[in-house]
Amino acid sequence: MSELFTNIDWYDIWIATLDTLLMLGGSLLFTVLFGLPLGILLFLTGPRQMFQRNGLYAVLSLIVNALRSLPFIILLIVMIPVTKLITGTSLGVAGAIPPLVVGATPFFARLVETALREVDRGIIEATQSMGATTAQIITRALLPEARPGIIAAITVIAITLVSYTAMAGVVGGGGLGDLAIRYGYQRFQTDVMVVTVVLLLVLVQILQSIGDRLVVHYSRK
Amino acid sequence: MIEFQQVTKAYQVAGREIPALHSTDLTIEAGQVFGIIGHSGAGKSTLLRLINRLEEPSSGRIRVNGEDVTALDAAGLRRFRQRVGMIFQHFNLLSSATVADNVALPLRLAGELDRGQINQRVRALLERVGLSDHANKYPAQLSGGQKQRVGIARALSTEPSILLCDEATSALDPHTTRQVLQLLAEINQELKLTIVLITHEMDVIRRVCDQVAVMDGGHIVEQGQVTDVFLHPQHPTTRSFVFDDESDEQQADDFAHVPGRILRLTFLGESTFAPLLGQVARATGVDYSILAGRIDRIRDLPCGQLTLALIGGDVDAAMALLQASQVHVEVLRT
Repeated sequence: MSELFTNIDWYDIWIATLDTLLMLGGSLLFTVLFGLPLGILLFLTGPRQMFQRNGLYAVLSLIVNALRSLPFIILLIVMIPVTKLITGTSLGVAGAIPPLVVGATPFFARLVETALREVDRGIIEATQSMGATTAQIITRALLPEARPGIIAAITVIAITLVSYTAMAGVVGGGGLGDLAIRYGYQRFQTDVMVVTVVLLLVLVQILQSIGDRLVVHYSRK
Repeated sequence: MIEFQQVTKAYQVAGREIPALHSTDLTIEAGQVFGIIGHSGAGKSTLLRLINRLEEPSSGRIRVNGEDVTALDAAGLRRFRQRVGMIFQHFNLLSSATVADNVALPLRLAGELDRGQINQRVRALLERVGLSDHANKYPAQLSGGQKQRVGIARALSTEPSILLCDEATSALDPHTTRQVLQLLAEINQELKLTIVLITHEMDVIRRVCDQVAVMDGGHIVEQGQVTDVFLHPQHPTTRSFVFDDESDEQQADDFAHVPGRILRLTFLGESTFAPLLGQVARATGVDYSILAGRIDRIRDLPCGQLTLALIGGDVDAAMALLQASQVHVEVLRT
């Protein structure tokens, strides 16, 4: 067993796992915090919706599409000055989180928009007919009805963020993906590669099964 | 009382104006069950949604209990809507909330009652619609009829003076439809609630409505007491609803070879069950053959219509006798 994994420093693996989890947790939190309102805004201003604003929707849509079309590795580098401004450093876990959030938020906002569009229009109309304010329609009807879809979106975005963190090594972000690239790929230490990939796989499996369970729990249809 | 004064509605579709409702005047008295019948696209759904301004009128004025609804600002409109219940064809219940939470929703949105008062009212409403045992179920666990009962309880939770029903029974089977209509009729009596319902089924109108308006192409083409409209439809659209398939011309062809004078008799109320035809035949010496007939009930009022051919004897005297017995007589062919 120990001969098979000669290159492995389990302490390094542990630190890398921790870094990945920190980056994932931090970036997921802010992605949801920014992406959810943006998704709601996209939905409300979209075609044939409550606050249809063709101009605003077109601008938001363009920004979202532009950010989504940018390869994450490029975003990581372009963001360096901005990251410094926000966190004081462009290095490490803290340096990786802003570009992760900027990379994932537009995607998440789109997923939220799609989840909200799945809500039966009749439910919005019924809530309007009760004399609800727009805020009430969103918080009392739209979000509860879209909850399974939004949880599924969070699951998708969490897994996307896991794969994004692999590139965070470019700015010294660390994490499992970085370990895989630096040791496994660049130094031909296949055993390190295998261990990190297996750990990433386990992490993705855990995230997906938690997400699936929550979706089932909140689905009443 | 709901009053429409020269109300119109047109939709902008691809830069063109598509009229949905032509200038309409309409008065719906308080406490009535008022039915609006029409084929899809006739404008009935638009008319209904204008009442609580889910659709904004293009022009005209709508007053409810004297208040000009068209002049309300956003906050005023919200308060007004809290006093107007609405139920829907597809129920539009929150699938993520229990039955009790669905019924409580309008009260929580209004925010006027505390938790205890809300719970108390929800319990009473669920009892009234016969769903006390289902309070903690989710809508997906209920049948269509039960879902609409939840819809009704929800619509009544803010104790509205008006209930709008948007094709409320169109997604239900005939048996369940009758039960839901029965519930609506009871509620109308108990709460003195004005009910406005739209439907494409004459049966719904016949079972619960006092007044009916028939719509076609964005116009109200006929309006009146259900008994009058149902028994003596004037407009072709109304006739098509009342007689389903058979056209008058077709019937006239069928009767072409029948000798004698052809009459249509309309019986209403007690006269429906009187042994009238035999008495008239014996007294005047006429013979009759029954060509067509139907016996129905309009709300609680029995009614019948018979198409007869009278042959021999004193036909004029027979007609006079029939008319004297509160039977409405129309001559279809002399």
